[in-house]
Amino acid sequence: MTRAPSLDGRRFRAATPVLAMTAKPFPLARHSATLAWRSLVNTRRTPEALIDVTLQPVLFLLIFTYIFGGAIAHGSQHDYLQFLLPGLLGQSIALGGVAIGVNLSRDLEKGIFDRFRSLPIARSAPLVGAVLADVVRYTILTVVMLAFGYVLGFRAQTGILSVAAACLLGIAFALCLCWISVWIGMLARTSGAVQGITMLIVFPLSFGSNTFVDPSTLPGWLEWFANVNPLSQLVGAVRALLIGGPAGEHVLWTFVSMAALLVVFVPLALRAYGRRA
Amino acid sequence: MTTTTHTSDIAVEAEGLVKRFGATTALDGVDIAVPRGSVLGLLGPNGAGKTTAVRVLATLLAPDGGWARVDGHDVVSEPARVRESIGLTGQYASVDDALSGTQNLVMIGRLLDLSRRDARARARELLNWFDLTEAADRPARTYSGGMRRRLDLAASLVGRPSVIFLDEPTTGLDPSKRGDMWQVVRSLVSDGATVLLTTQYLDEADSLADAITVVDRGRVIAHDTPHALKRIVGGQTLTLRPTDPSRVEDAAAILADVAAARPESPRAGVLSVPVSGDDVMPDAVHRLSAAGIVVTELSLHLPSLDEAFLALTGTTTPREPLLMEVAA
Repeated sequence: MTRAPSLDGRRFRAATPVLAMTAKPFPLARHSATLAWRSLVNTRRTPEALIDVTLQPVLFLLIFTYIFGGAIAHGSQHDYLQFLLPGLLGQSIALGGVAIGVNLSRDLEKGIFDRFRSLPIARSAPLVGAVLADVVRYTILTVVMLAFGYVLGFRAQTGILSVAAACLLGIAFALCLCWISVWIGMLARTSGAVQGITMLIVFPLSFGSNTFVDPSTLPGWLEWFANVNPLSQLVGAVRALLIGGPAGEHVLWTFVSMAALLVVFVPLALRAYGRRA
Repeated sequence: MTTTTHTSDIAVEAEGLVKRFGATTALDGVDIAVPRGSVLGLLGPNGAGKTTAVRVLATLLAPDGGWARVDGHDVVSEPARVRESIGLTGQYASVDDALSGTQNLVMIGRLLDLSRRDARARARELLNWFDLTEAADRPARTYSGGMRRRLDLAASLVGRPSVIFLDEPTTGLDPSKRGDMWQVVRSLVSDGATVLLTTQYLDEADSLADAITVVDRGRVIAHDTPHALKRIVGGQTLTLRPTDPSRVEDAAAILADVAAARPESPRAGVLSVPVSGDDVMPDAVHRLSAAGIVVTELSLHLPSLDEAFLALTGTTTPREPLLMEVAA
C-alpha cells in the first residue's frame, strides 16, 4: 500500500462500468449459486473435510460387515452386506450433515457473514448456498458407498434406473435433513458445540431405525420409534430400490418426511440466523 | 421525521437509537448526523457502543428504539435499499481465508449482480489500488494482518458504496500501515464518499474526521469539530522552560502572577499554567525579560484531544495506543 497515497480518488470509481443495480431474475438462485461456489472452493482447499463422506463410510462398511455381520446374520456376511449397505448409506447421510452446521457456525464466528448481511442479497442466500454445495459431498458419498460395496460383494438386484433413483432419493433427502444441522449451527454459540449437539440427534436417529437390524427384533417402544423415524423411510425406500421389494410406500413417506423437514427446519434456521447478532 | 430535502445533504442520520442486549443497554438514545461527503469519527472507549451503532446503521442489528436513515432510506423498513448504498469494514477482517484475493472480490462482485467479466475487472482494479496484485492468487490465509485489512476494505468497496462504515479500521495495525489506511480514507472522501469511522485512537479522529461524536456507555456525550472539542476542556496552556534551571523558581513566581494560577511542573525544569485571555502571553514575555530570565521554550497551545477525551468521559484514554507505541 506504499503506493496507495499517490493514487487519487478518481481511480476508485472510473475504470469499470457503473454497478448494474437493475434487478436480474432469480436473485436468490444466482446468489446462492455464487455462495455454493465459495463453499466448493473451501472444500477443494481442505480435502480432509471430505473424510466423513469418503473414508468414514468405507470404515463403517468394513466394521459392520465383518465384525457384526456374522453375528447378526447368523454367519452370512454377504447376506448382511446386502441388507446393511442401504442402511449405512442412510446413516452416512445423517452423519454427513453434521459438517454443514459446524462450517456455518465457524463462518459466523469469523465474521464473514457480517459481510454477506451488509450486501443487498436475500438473507437466506448464504444458508441455501451452503446446502447447495453439499450436493457434491453427498454425490461423492453415494458413489464411494456403492463402489466400495461392490468391491466387498454387494450386488444391486434391480435395474440401473432403480439404482439411479435410489441415489437421487438419498441425495435429495440429505439436502432436507441437513437443515437440522444448519439450524443448530445458527443456534449454538461455538462450532464445537454444534458437533456435539448434532451428534446427539444423529445417533438415536440412525441407530433407532431399520438401518442395521429389522425393527421387529426391537422392544415395542423402540420399534414404534424406528417405524416413524424419517431415516427408516429413506432406508426402506433405498433398500427396496437396490435389492428389490415393494418401494412405493417407503418412497411416498420419504417424500412426506422431506417436506416435513423443510417446513419445520428451514424457517427455524432462518429465524435463528436472523436473530444472531 | 425530516423531509426528503434533508436526504440530499445528510448521508447518515439517526435519532434516539436504543439497543439492548438482555440487561445491558448498548445504545441509550444515540443521535448521529453525517453530512454527505464528510467523515464522522465515532470516538469512545471499549464498550462505549460504537460497534453496536455501526451494526444498527449497516442493518445488521435492528434497533430497539429510535430511527436511522442511510442515504435517505430507513434501516428498519428499507434495509435492502440501505445495503445497496453501503460498504462495511468490520473490526475483524471478514474475508474468506480459503479464497484468494481475487476470488474474494469476484464473489462480492457476483453477489452485487456484476457480470463475471465486470466482477473480474473490478477485482483487478481494487487489488491494484490496494497494492495486492502480487498476492492476488494466493489464499487470503497466507496474507499478513495489514494485507487482510486492505483486502477487507477492498471487498467493501466493490459496489462503489456512497456511504462507508469503517469499524476500527486500524486497530492492530502498525503505525506506518495506519498512515496508509488514513490516505485511503482521505481519497475515498475526495471521491465523494461519506465515511463513518469508529476509533479509539484520538489522533486518528483528529487527523481524519470533520466532526467527532464522542460516545460513552451508550450515550453521546459530545459532538463537535476536533478543534472545538479541544476547546471545551477549557482555555489554553502556557508552557515555558528557563535556560538556566536555577531560575525556575523565579519564573514560576512571575507566571503565577500573570496567569493568576499556580504553575505546575510536568517535567523537571518545565513550567506550565492554564491561561485565559490573549494578553497573558505578551505580558509574561515582558515580565520574564524584565527579570532577566532567558527561556529556551515558550509556547501557548490548545489542550490535546486526549485531554478533551479525559475531561469528557472521566476515564483515561484507551490503552491500546500506548501499547502500540511500545511495540513500535
